Amino acid sequence: MESLGEIKSRIEAAVFGAKIEIMQNGSPSQQHSLLIDNEHAVAVARFLRVDPALYLDFCSNVTGVDWLDRVVKKTTKVKKIVDGQEKEVVETSEEKIPGYLEAVYHLYSITHKHGPVIIRMRTSDRADGTHLPSLTPVWRSAEFQEREIFDLYGIRFGGHPDLRRILMWDEFENYPMRKDYHEPDDYEWEPTPHDDVMEKAKVHYPPRPEMDGAEKITSQP
Amino acid sequence: MSAVVETIEAMERPPLSMGSRLEGELLEVSMGPQHPSTHGVFRMNVALDGEIVRKLKPVFGYLHRNHEKIGENTSYLGSMPYTDRLDYFCSMTNNWAYALSVEKLAGIEVPERAEYLRVILAELTRLQNHASLLGFLLSDMGAWGTPLMYAFREREKILDLFESLAGSRMMCDYMRFGGCRVDASEEWLAGAQQIVDRFPKFLDEFEELILGNEIVIGRTQNVGKLSAELAVNAGITGPMLRACGVNYDIRKIDCYGFYPRFKFRIPLGEHGDTYDRLMMRALEMRESVEILKQAFAQIAPGPIVNPKVKVRAFRPPVGEAYGRIEGPKGELGFYLISDGAPNPYRYRVRPPSFINLTVLEDLCLGHTVADVMVILGSIDIVMGEVDR
Amino acid sequence: MSQIDEQLRTELQRQGVWVTSMQDLYNWGRKNSIWPLQFGLACCAIEMIATAASRYDIARFGGEIFRPSPRQADLMIVAGTVTKKMAPQIVRLYNQMADPKYVIAMGACAISGGPFKQGYNVLKGIDRYIPVDVYIPGCPPRPEALLHAFMELQRKIDEQKLTGANKAEFLKPDQPSEFPVPRFGKHDLEPSANRDVFQPPTIERQS
Repeated sequence: MESLGEIKSRIEAAVFGAKIEIMQNGSPSQQHSLLIDNEHAVAVARFLRVDPALYLDFCSNVTGVDWLDRVVKKTTKVKKIVDGQEKEVVETSEEKIPGYLEAVYHLYSITHKHGPVIIRMRTSDRADGTHLPSLTPVWRSAEFQEREIFDLYGIRFGGHPDLRRILMWDEFENYPMRKDYHEPDDYEWEPTPHDDVMEKAKVHYPPRPEMDGAEKITSQP
Repeated sequence: MSAVVETIEAMERPPLSMGSRLEGELLEVSMGPQHPSTHGVFRMNVALDGEIVRKLKPVFGYLHRNHEKIGENTSYLGSMPYTDRLDYFCSMTNNWAYALSVEKLAGIEVPERAEYLRVILAELTRLQNHASLLGFLLSDMGAWGTPLMYAFREREKILDLFESLAGSRMMCDYMRFGGCRVDASEEWLAGAQQIVDRFPKFLDEFEELILGNEIVIGRTQNVGKLSAELAVNAGITGPMLRACGVNYDIRKIDCYGFYPRFKFRIPLGEHGDTYDRLMMRALEMRESVEILKQAFAQIAPGPIVNPKVKVRAFRPPVGEAYGRIEGPKGELGFYLISDGAPNPYRYRVRPPSFINLTVLEDLCLGHTVADVMVILGSIDIVMGEVDR
Repeated sequence: MSQIDEQLRTELQRQGVWVTSMQDLYNWGRKNSIWPLQFGLACCAIEMIATAASRYDIARFGGEIFRPSPRQADLMIVAGTVTKKMAPQIVRLYNQMADPKYVIAMGACAISGGPFKQGYNVLKGIDRYIPVDVYIPGCPPRPEALLHAFMELQRKIDEQKLTGANKAEFLKPDQPSEFPVPRFGKHDLEPSANRDVFQPPTIERQS
C-alpha cells in the first residue's frame, strides 16, 4: 500500500479544495492518520472507496474521542546573553488548545487485502459546533457506530438516515462518555468504599474518621 | 414477546420513524427483551403484515455496562478481566485481542511458547463457541434443547481444560501483555490433545444430526440471503462474511500470532443464506481441529512471558493503536489512545456482533416471524459484546 | 418439620398408612417442582444454561421446565447485570408472575452491581426494586453454586407456614405482590430505589 504522504497528495489532487493533514503517531504501532476537513469529508470518503489503487471498501471501526481543553507545554532551547556570556537557555512556552470532539474511522480494503488507513474528523468545539458529516452513505457499517457516537458523545452527524439514541434510553439527557460527565448519585449503600467512591458515599452517611473495618455493621430492625 | 396494538405506553411504542409510514394495517410487535430464544436481552420492533415482516428496528442498550468508561478509569492490566465479560463465550480470544492491541501500542514482543499457547486456547474457544451456536440455533428452531445438550457436553470438556489451566471456567483472564499468565503442564497438553483427537467423531455425529436434517434444510436454505457487496459495505466480518463467498479471514490477512506457521483452509459459502452460515461454523470447527493438531506438535518448552514488560506501573508511550483478531464471531478489535498515563485515554472495543446486526433488517424483510429467529440465531450475537 | 410424633408415624408406615400435614404436602409439591422463568441477562445466564444442561442437571431438582412466559413461572433467576434500561422490564416481569413467586439474584452484578458498579447505566443490585430470596455470590457462580442456591430456596419454601401469625408473605392480604415500575428519567431512573424494598444495613461507628 502506498505511504500516507502519497495518499494525501492523490486525495488533494482528486477532491478540489480538500485540506488533509497527516497526524503522526508516536507509539511503536506506526499507525498514522489523516485529518480531513468536514466540508469535503464525504467526497474524500467516496474517493477512498472507489479509487482503484486503494479501494477501501470496508470501514472497520468508527470511534468518538473527547479532547478537553488542553495546555501543551513546549520547551525550546534559545540562545540568550546571560551575564555577558552567550548561553543556551531552555524556555518553556504554553499553548492552549481548545477542546473538541473527534470521529476516527479505520478503513481497510477487502479486495486488495491492505489497510488500515485511518481518517479523522474534528468538530469545532464541544458545545454548539458539534456537527460532522455522516459517512454512512459511503460505508453502511458506520450506521450503528455513528448512532453510538451521537448517543455517548453528542456529535450530530448530518445525513445519517436514522440518528437517535442507541444504547441509552430515549429520555436520557446527557452524553455519558464525555470526560466531564458526572454519573447520578446512587451511592447510598457502599459497604467498603475507598478513594473517590468514599467521597461520593460520604454524602449519604456521616463520614468515618478511621479507615473502614472499624465499623460495626448492623441491620435495621 | 408481546403483540399489542394500541395499549402500549409511549416509551415502549416502536419509534416514530417506523410508525409514520405504515401502509394499511400493520401489526407492531415488540420481540424482546425477554423472549424464549437464548440470545440475551435483545429487542426488535417489527411491523408485521400478517406473518410477513415489513419493517424491523433493533433496540439495544439493555446490557450497556459502560465498559469503555470503566476502561478509561482503570489501568491497562485492570481492564483485562473486563474484556472476559465482553463476549462471555469466548473470553480467551477477547483477552488476546486486547493484549495484542496493547502490545502493538507499546511495541512488546511475545515469546514462542506463549504464542503457541495463545493459538491453542483461541482455537479451543472457537470450537466451543461454534458448537454452542449450533446448539442454540437448533433450540430456537424448536428442537427444544437436545442438540444443545450435545453441544454443551463438548463445551464442558473444553471448559474443564480452561479451568485446570486458568482457574475459571468462563472468565479466564489468561493473557498478559507479552505472554500468558500461567504455563501449561505436559499433562494439560496431553489431556487437551486427547479431547481434540476425539472431536472429529463428535463433529460427524453432530453434523449428521443437524445439518442433514430435512427440517433444518427446509427452514434455513434460501432464508436471509446476504449479498457480498452489502456484506462488505456494511462491515460484516467473520463466518457471516465468508458465507457470502468473500475470502477474508484476519488470521490469513494480518498474520498475527503464529498463524502463518499452520496450514489450514478457509471455508467459503456460495449463497450467503442461513444454511451457508451454519455450514461455515461446522467447517471452521474442522479447520480448528487441524490447527490444534499442528500446534500440539510444534509447541516446545520455553518462557511464557516477556520479562521486560513492567507489570506494575505499566505506562505505554503516547500514541494510539488499533489491534484486531479473527474472533469466533468476527473481527474483534481494540482501539487504544494513550497519553502516557497508567490509564488509557480512550479505550474502544470494535464489537463484531454489533456491526453484524447492521443488516438484520435487510435480511428479514419479506420473511416470516419464524424466520426472523432463525436469521438472528445464525448471525451469532452475544449481548455483552453488542452493548458493551 | 411436622407436629406428628415420629414413632407413631413410623408405626403407621409399617402398616401401610402414610400421615402428613397439609403444609408439608403443599410445600413438598411446591419445592420439588419450581418452574424457573427462562430469562438470562448476561454471562451468568450461560452458567444457568450449563446448570440446565446434562452435566449439572437442574432437572433432578424439579427445575427442568424453563417457562418463557412469566405467567407460568414461579422463580425468576436474575442472572447477569441489571442495567437501568432493563430494570423497568424486570420489575414488570416480576409483577406479571403469579404468587407464590421467588427471586434468586445470581452473580455479583445482580446482588450489587458487581464489577460494573461504577457505571452510569448499571443498577446497583436488583434488590432496589424487587425483594430477593436467595443471593448467590460469584462472577460467574459455578453451576454447583446455583444448585446450592436452589436447594436453599427449597429449604426456605419448606419452612413457609400456611397458617398462623408467621404465615408466608404471599398469603397475607396486605402484602404487595406487585411493585411500582420505575420510569426513565433524564439522568437516572425515577425513583432510584424503592424504599419499601431496599433497606440496606446502617453503618454505625464503634465509639
